[in-house]
Amino acid sequence: MKILVAVKRVVDYNVKVRVNLEGTAVETNNVKMSMNPFDEIAVEEGVRLKESGKCDELVAVSIGTSSSQETIRTALAMGADRGILVETDDPIEPLGVAKLLKVICSREKPDIVIVGKQAIDDDANQTGQMLAALLDWPQGTFASRINIENTKAQVTREVDVGLETIEINLPAVISTDLRLNEPRYASLPNIMKAKKKPIDIIPITELNIDIAPRVKVIKVSEPPKREAGVIVENVKELLEKLRNEAKVIS
Amino acid sequence: MALELTHDQKMLQDTVDAFLANEIYPYEEEVDRTGKVPIDLGRQIEKRSKEVGLFSANLPESVGGGGLDYRGMALLEREYGKTSHALHSWIGRPTEILLACEGEQREQYLLPCVRGEKRELFALTEPEAGSDVMSMKTNAKPDGDDWILNGSKHFISGPKMPDFAIVFAATGLDETPRGPRKQITAFLVDVGIDGFSISEGSRCVSYRGYNTFQLNFSDVRLGPGQILGEAGQGLEQAGKWLGMNRVWVGASCCGKAERLFDLSAEWAATRKQFGQPIGKFQGTGFKLADIAVELRAADLLVVDAVKKAEKGIMTDSDAAMVKLFCSEMLHRAADHAVQIYGGMGLMEEMPIQRLWRDSRLERIWDGTSEIQRHIISRSILRPLGA
Repeated sequence: MKILVAVKRVVDYNVKVRVNLEGTAVETNNVKMSMNPFDEIAVEEGVRLKESGKCDELVAVSIGTSSSQETIRTALAMGADRGILVETDDPIEPLGVAKLLKVICSREKPDIVIVGKQAIDDDANQTGQMLAALLDWPQGTFASRINIENTKAQVTREVDVGLETIEINLPAVISTDLRLNEPRYASLPNIMKAKKKPIDIIPITELNIDIAPRVKVIKVSEPPKREAGVIVENVKELLEKLRNEAKVIS
Repeated sequence: MALELTHDQKMLQDTVDAFLANEIYPYEEEVDRTGKVPIDLGRQIEKRSKEVGLFSANLPESVGGGGLDYRGMALLEREYGKTSHALHSWIGRPTEILLACEGEQREQYLLPCVRGEKRELFALTEPEAGSDVMSMKTNAKPDGDDWILNGSKHFISGPKMPDFAIVFAATGLDETPRGPRKQITAFLVDVGIDGFSISEGSRCVSYRGYNTFQLNFSDVRLGPGQILGEAGQGLEQAGKWLGMNRVWVGASCCGKAERLFDLSAEWAATRKQFGQPIGKFQGTGFKLADIAVELRAADLLVVDAVKKAEKGIMTDSDAAMVKLFCSEMLHRAADHAVQIYGGMGLMEEMPIQRLWRDSRLERIWDGTSEIQRHIISRSILRPLGA
């Protein structure tokens, strides 16, 4: 069985992001970049399936600048076998990413594609679903447990009412939720081994896909600063403030 | 860290950072307070560090180590420096001097250390021979093929009771143009053999929970197979690794200074007095600037020494410069951190006082600041005939 995981290079989750001077995007110059945490969970799941003998080859794919090779290298150090980078300097929207991943799928013919449910930079939560639609494959989104049996996958999904377990036929697209697993950190021997694993670099122009943006960003701004609170004397005062100042009750 | 790293180095740093955050930091406060590392905790750190390949990372792959290069080791030691020896020394880095093991010694001493089945102690310092190594009184006299060892060692530090000690002892005199010079030989001495007693030494306010041991030898009989390397070459053997060790001390000082700096910067940005963050007062802000610049300079000294070591051209003076500047930089950074925190910096519930206490030792062990200055000045004056 072959598994493909998609990994995105994003601003590290520990960094306090700032809007750039032009107000068009988040500042990424001189900022620590890491693998999207949900994608780390996807890689970890792939590595665990490999360790259990259910997966023969784990391929990590990224779409982005040349620096995204580092993100792929991290996936290789966690245990993926090889990498593919679709290289571009332009930001690609989820639909573009899904189209590009579809092309990679037609070349690689994976049995399962595992993606993070969303990337922590734009929080779009669209790529997995769009990819499944374009491929006309079943999808198991927001997975908190995955069980692979022959040509089927049982996916336990975190939904509003609780946990829902569905069974889907392979090939399929699965997107990961936070509680699926706890990703490992790369061990020293695996960091050494990762240096020798191959990364295939494909210039985006070679794929000849329409990736023109459909969305125009008008403005990026920081959320308003939270004002300090006040301590009220009693319930009566609280109700009065809720009614007259906050105007949330009548 | 502000220095540019390769992606591999960043991954290594991330792994060590995550290891410290999960396996070490949660226990720092309790270990410092009780002055003890529970054996189960030590074993757990040992086990987990093997799982991520950090154990014996310093030794070559040919003996089962991690095969990390000097730059990688400097990064590792820098990260470990953020925490206490009491804890991180359980992530074993067996002394490289053991690579001199030959024949049966390899299976008896070197390889079990690489696998973490045995622990060694490096026993050089004596009550009357600290900086002045050559005044060493511990000696071994030949008796047929055997050697009879007598003397004592102190301040010999390690995470736990060892299985054997690498003991340096005088075994004769060499005539040199500058007068007689003691021959020093390194011996492998098993704990438990007749005449060798070992006990826990005094408690230290730096790195509480890291043990110092007192070793006494009374007519200890050692077979010829207990000599490590060549007889009479002990100091030369040790010298090569002692130099590298000084670079690792320097790197670890940079790590600790960075932790103190991060804590200080956060405090200066959030603690308010007179209606503004205290960092905005230049008395505080400029301290941060000074620490940042000195830390950068110290990091660069480490990198410079490591580059030279990789080419085999690092001198004793290069290593001494690293040890001297990094440990003194850390001293200033720790003192500034206490001042920036004010009274809070000295309270036991804050980590500042612990890091400040731990920092103090760095100017003393592995050669005091004075010895480092002596080495550096000697290297300047000797070529001029003085």
